[in-house]
Amino acid sequence: MSAHETFYEVMRRHGITRRSFLKFCSLTAAGLGLGPEFAGRIAHALETKPRTPVIWLHGLECTCCTESFIRSGNPLAGDVVLSMISLDYDDTLMAAAGHQAEELLQQTVEKYDGEFILACEGNPPLNEDGMYCIQAGKPYVEKLRYMADHCKAIIAWGSCASWGCVQAAKPNPTKAMPIHKVILDKPVIKVPGCPPIAEVMTGVITYMLAFDRLPPLDRQGRPKMFYGQRLHDKCYRRPHFDAGQFVEKFDDEGARKGYCLYKMGCKGPTTYNACSTIEWNGGLSWPVKSGHGCLGCAEEDFWDKGSFYSPVSNLNVTGNVEATANKIGGTLAAAAAIGVAAHAAATVVQKVTAKKPPVSEEVSNG
Amino acid sequence: MATFSDEQKLPGPIYVYQIPVRIWHWLHALSIGALIVTGYFIASPLPSVSGEASDHFVMGTLRLVHFSSAFVFAIGLFVRFYLALTGNRYARELIIVPVWRGKFWRHVWHEIKFYAFVTRKARKNIGHNPLAQLFMWMINIALALFMVCTGFALYSQGTGAGSWADSLFGWVFVLEASSQTVRMWHLMGMWLMLLFIIIHIYMVIRADFASRQNGTSAMISGWRTFKDDGPIKPQ
Repeated sequence: MSAHETFYEVMRRHGITRRSFLKFCSLTAAGLGLGPEFAGRIAHALETKPRTPVIWLHGLECTCCTESFIRSGNPLAGDVVLSMISLDYDDTLMAAAGHQAEELLQQTVEKYDGEFILACEGNPPLNEDGMYCIQAGKPYVEKLRYMADHCKAIIAWGSCASWGCVQAAKPNPTKAMPIHKVILDKPVIKVPGCPPIAEVMTGVITYMLAFDRLPPLDRQGRPKMFYGQRLHDKCYRRPHFDAGQFVEKFDDEGARKGYCLYKMGCKGPTTYNACSTIEWNGGLSWPVKSGHGCLGCAEEDFWDKGSFYSPVSNLNVTGNVEATANKIGGTLAAAAAIGVAAHAAATVVQKVTAKKPPVSEEVSNG
Repeated sequence: MATFSDEQKLPGPIYVYQIPVRIWHWLHALSIGALIVTGYFIASPLPSVSGEASDHFVMGTLRLVHFSSAFVFAIGLFVRFYLALTGNRYARELIIVPVWRGKFWRHVWHEIKFYAFVTRKARKNIGHNPLAQLFMWMINIALALFMVCTGFALYSQGTGAGSWADSLFGWVFVLEASSQTVRMWHLMGMWLMLLFIIIHIYMVIRADFASRQNGTSAMISGWRTFKDDGPIKPQ
């Protein structure tokens, strides 16, 4: 395998026809929201650029990102993406195992030092020197740091790598940390979601490989083209939200009519993802379309905010005290009302019991 | 304008709240009222309406009123800073609290004792009493700015990336990435505002009965009147 081999050559070697290749280029351009002329530019880039290897690491995770990724319908992961992204290492998908597999990592580092893209699924636990996740006899965090030292950029797949996700939920006994809090000296592209949408994953990786640069990122480090808007902004049930038509119970008339799920705790209004446009499983459906609110799985700490079924979620007020703002605020307001009433009563008592009104000797109604 | 010493007798009613400050006060109060009501129902919507979605705009109207009032609130706050620069010394009390002065804290302590019924001796206050001034700052400057920042940050989610709201207030999401949490703190702020309103209205009405100066009427006429002509410091 020559270091100068292009993507196109690799793909042809994997038996992909030119026709499929061009189809893939135009679908990818469309998927990235680019104009038709970009299909040609993507094709040109893939034909002329030396391929960039991708190393896919797995930390603490459930493999749902990989499960999602291999179901990419557009482009089809099996046909195009796996060969195209030249996935040199992925413990879950690769044929090699054991020492053979670890050798591949070493080879990539030697041959493509500073050139390859590191895709991280899951996150490293830091407690007990990282002993909660051991790979090839070493803590995963050491492997991650080593690979990160030699990579060009990092993609943080899913909410685990982006925010921490379930293994980082309170009290986070293993001290699982998102990638950007462990690797501080390399750009980290967050692709959150539990899992992220397959087409979003392939879209991000194709963009990076085809254009040889990071996709435009928002303040949180998420690619703008997929995380630029909330589910709510493009939700097909949005008219019902604006009208004030809500599902009040999962078996009521509103649920049958497809009203807005906000009152059932849908987090669409606060969740940045492409579910309401790209949808899932090749555009088959997505949570709201199936009649259930969004859990907000692409958002930070979505697992630690109390009920998924209330629009008013929990606040961590002090230490371990958690309650909704309405509960805390309502209690405070009631306490204030009672306090005011008591204080008013005391004021009256003070007035009545005063032999003379305070400092009233010189009253002149000035 | 002259300052008055503790032992000095006041010449009579004093003009405290200038017209722009009074107009601001009542606009501010109205906008807060509208913001609290609409804000509560945005977080916990009204019962569902039936019929065609195109026939109703309940949530849309609530949000429209909320956003419009928010502009009154925010621009008002901005104008209020300007009034502090150009107005009389009492117009500055809301913004600049003399926390570096020992005398200020002694008077705060006196007010606490007065409100806790430890002492019956009330001081005359021309502008705010020091304790009130402290809380006014916490609510109408600190909390108000917090609500403006979180509020416009949430507003920027609708106006989208690159909008003015996003450019000016998007940094809120760098401090707290989860917009759901920002929403919940904004809601918590609403309750604190309500708490303030309860206490503020009570204190003003109480001042009408149990202090040495007027309360409510000062924010209507602008004049501070006193019930006795003794010096500021109680005898």
